Amino acid sequence: MSKTVVSLHQVTIRFAGDSGDGMQLTGDRFTMDTASLGNDLSTLPNFPAEIRAPQGTLAGVSSFQLHFADHHVQTPGDAPDVLVAMNPAALKANIKDLPRGATIIVDSDEFTSRNLTKVGYETNPLEDGSLDSYKVHALGLTSMTVSALSDLTLSRKEAERSKNMFALGLLTWMYHRPTESTENFLNAKFAKKPEVLAANLLAFKTGWNYGETTEDFSVSYEIAPTKMAPGKYRNISGNTAMAYGLIAASKQSELKLFLGSYPITPASDILHELSKHKKFGVITFQAEDEIAAVGSALGAAYGGALGVTTTSGPGLALKAEMIGLAVMLELPLIIINVQRGGPSTGLPTKTEQADLLQAMFGRNGESPAVVIAPATPKDCFNIAMEAARIATVYRVPVFILSDGYIANGSEPWKIPEIAELPDLRVEFAKTQENFLPYDRDPKTLARPWAVPGTKGIEHRIGGVEKADKTGAISYDPTNHDFMVRTRAAKVAGVSVPDLEVDDPTGDAKVLLLGWGSTFGPIAAAVEALRENGEKVAQAHLRYINPFPKNLGDVLAKYDRVIVPEMNLGQLAMLLRSQFLKDITGFNQVRGLPFSTTEIIEATMAVLND
Amino acid sequence: MTDLVLTKKDFTSDQEVKWCPGCGDYSILSTVQSFLPEMGLPRENIVFISGIGCSSRFPYYMETFGIHSIHGRAPTLATGLAISRPDLTVFVITGDGDSLSIGGNHLIHALRRNVNLKILLFNNRIYGLTKGQYSPTSEQGKVTKSTPAGSLDTPFNPISLALGAEATFVARSIDSDRKHLTDTLRAASLHKGSALIEIYQNCPIFNDDAYQVVKDADSKGSAILQLVHGEPIKSQTHGVVFKNGGLEVVPLDSVPESDIVVHNANNVDPSYAFALSRLSGSELVHVPIGVFRDVERAEYGGLVNNQIADAIATQGAGDLSKLLATGDTWEVK
Ligand SMILES: Cc1ncc(C[n+]2csc(CCOP(=O)(O)OP(=O)(O)O)c2C)c(N)n1
Ligand code: SF4
Ligand SMILES: [Mg+2]
Repeated sequence: MSKTVVSLHQVTIRFAGDSGDGMQLTGDRFTMDTASLGNDLSTLPNFPAEIRAPQGTLAGVSSFQLHFADHHVQTPGDAPDVLVAMNPAALKANIKDLPRGATIIVDSDEFTSRNLTKVGYETNPLEDGSLDSYKVHALGLTSMTVSALSDLTLSRKEAERSKNMFALGLLTWMYHRPTESTENFLNAKFAKKPEVLAANLLAFKTGWNYGETTEDFSVSYEIAPTKMAPGKYRNISGNTAMAYGLIAASKQSELKLFLGSYPITPASDILHELSKHKKFGVITFQAEDEIAAVGSALGAAYGGALGVTTTSGPGLALKAEMIGLAVMLELPLIIINVQRGGPSTGLPTKTEQADLLQAMFGRNGESPAVVIAPATPKDCFNIAMEAARIATVYRVPVFILSDGYIANGSEPWKIPEIAELPDLRVEFAKTQENFLPYDRDPKTLARPWAVPGTKGIEHRIGGVEKADKTGAISYDPTNHDFMVRTRAAKVAGVSVPDLEVDDPTGDAKVLLLGWGSTFGPIAAAVEALRENGEKVAQAHLRYINPFPKNLGDVLAKYDRVIVPEMNLGQLAMLLRSQFLKDITGFNQVRGLPFSTTEIIEATMAVLND
Repeated sequence: MTDLVLTKKDFTSDQEVKWCPGCGDYSILSTVQSFLPEMGLPRENIVFISGIGCSSRFPYYMETFGIHSIHGRAPTLATGLAISRPDLTVFVITGDGDSLSIGGNHLIHALRRNVNLKILLFNNRIYGLTKGQYSPTSEQGKVTKSTPAGSLDTPFNPISLALGAEATFVARSIDSDRKHLTDTLRAASLHKGSALIEIYQNCPIFNDDAYQVVKDADSKGSAILQLVHGEPIKSQTHGVVFKNGGLEVVPLDSVPESDIVVHNANNVDPSYAFALSRLSGSELVHVPIGVFRDVERAEYGGLVNNQIADAIATQGAGDLSKLLATGDTWEVK
């Protein structure tokens, strides 16, 4: 039977299963195969906070969504075209996101009455007609995998573990993805376990063959590569890009990279990644708590290293006092906060942007710090280098506000040439007479970076207010007022690029202004709105403290400014107070990134207002 | 380094010392300033890092590098500095509240890691800077501003705590005993890894005479049990013997001289040093003074830097462009 091949412009697939089903790995592999085919893409992993919630329950469902296309992709997609559900829980947890007509592939072996009751299905949805408006492929994924592997000496349980590879093989066939890279991956991963390797490879091939030979699947799909600038590409997640950006900053600044960190979701992967790269001279220090983590980074910065600490919201709260000390000591320090749902423990594995005001103001006294935010996963690479530039030039703490969405999400990245990277070299104070530790560079207001080991500039610094120039303890009222204003002026004077506004016709009345990870959904919404003939402008803030110098003018130009944020209006509050401009907030805190549709609707409401 | 002839004066900063008259911190400062030239280190390679408290003002008075940090956190800054700059000699200056209350966590972790830090714990058994509240080393029942009916907490024994935290060097000395403190500083400076010295420090304002037994001419002879490696552990009147599976203090005339325990600071079994640390309760009748424990264990910063050196030796120095292109890549023409 010859099969039909249909060309598509874009597809969104969601793999969903039990936390133990290997859905993240399956999604990752499909992503890699898709990336290497040259499609632009964006991913959204979504997993429970519990490592292994009870099997087969709604709480234990883990999923991975991937949007890929023949054109530029901004988001992981609002609604999946295809859902792969490895059990009833995965179906139940995800069905509400599926538009009618979507394709559902389920493992029918898992639809036992026991499993159905576990998630509250009174009747089997595969049989009761409730899925009639979808294209359902109910396959015995488990049993087919087990029988395909019957010649191997694996127990049934072990054989069942490979069913995710069966599913991956099938999807690989359906979307004409190459098989080599997954095969290479498996060969490397299980090199020391030949039985497991054989099982995975066989399950993968059997899944592929199943699509090719059975009548259940009569159509397969092609998505042509996306037009991208020439160069070498790879796929990269936000946390990996951040780690690479730090290593690049270390190299470009010729400073030793020191990471002090305490594990916390969703920031830990930066610690894990950097721990692998000792040959770059990177020191990673897993401290006893977040205070020690930032303290050690500050101590290392005092000694002339590029001091970095990584954390998420609750950890940032603990670091506050030490960051205040960094403000006083005027030493370079990078604080990476991969935001998650709060307050308190909140939603550890879900995304949010509600730590902006904590970063801005969450310290005692007038304690200014620089705040910047990456817009997309790959932007984390650049933002890390930017943080290093600002921290070392101005000797200030710099916050990077990433979040769970960009940290775990991924996209193709054009690998930069080393020669294109900025020169970040800095100068330390040299041996001199009458050294003044708080004498400032008139342009940057930075004080000297005076590291131990330099003869003749021995000096003492501390958290107590210090006299201008000498840095000696000073309780003088005028001096304190002067120093408070000087520290504020230094941060306010940090040079940041002007805000670029995308307003093709130049006469839009409404501006969509975002920061951080909302870039993708906003850009996708803007594209769609313009296709519908609407006039909207878009701008995205990567620099929040200080704001770009032209921000006031930009805001003044538009009748209405909409700020979508995954918080209750934190950037809006800053904008209103600084520019006396009314802002229309569009706010959601559901632990999920905005969908494109939501932003389109919010914008239409303003356009029609 | 051989041509360095520094004196106490070279280590004295131009800052006016602002402790209360009679404060034990003065004598500790003076002893440390006098001892440092003996280490033969250039001033610029020495860093004093403190927390907050009267004692933590110490770095301002030293003509070296120094940070007066925040309450309890000095070991964290010191750890980052010591790991990333193994060429430096890093001292931590801390009080009993600073190190055992707010900063207890950092102290125990620095000790267990064996970071190359010389930690001087000024124990005045009171919160000095905040004007006299009881501290984690105050005796139970202590009447202070915050405990008018007497404190309820059982105090820490800092030596026992440090030993429980796997410390490799633990000692005790006294602010006013310049010679003993100097000897102890010397021993600590020769130790590779964390060295904790608890220094009995008098606070004449809020806890005067807390250490009178070990200072008064009448009592100190019998109270102080001298810990000298290779010597019998005894005071003028008492000695330490093995008894009932532990150590006990007995009158010298009650046992033959040969029964007195000969001190072995290098004993790898920490229960020996721990037993010694338990000879003095919070009421200070018999007080061991000297080095309780001095054993070798790999220093943390060295281990960290060895891993890096090994990685470079076996894999070659990192190549950034290779790193960025790891994993699946593809070319767009
Ligand atoms: C975060 C924080 N909490 C409380 C204080 C107030 N404080 C300053 S010093 C101190 C206690 C100091 O006692 P100790 O460490 O024994 O030092 P001493 O003054 O006795 O030398 C306290 C509670 C502070 N500075 N910072
Ligand atoms: S209060 Fe006590 S410890 Fe503090 S300076 Fe005065 S005497 Fe010394
Ligand atoms: Mg005290």
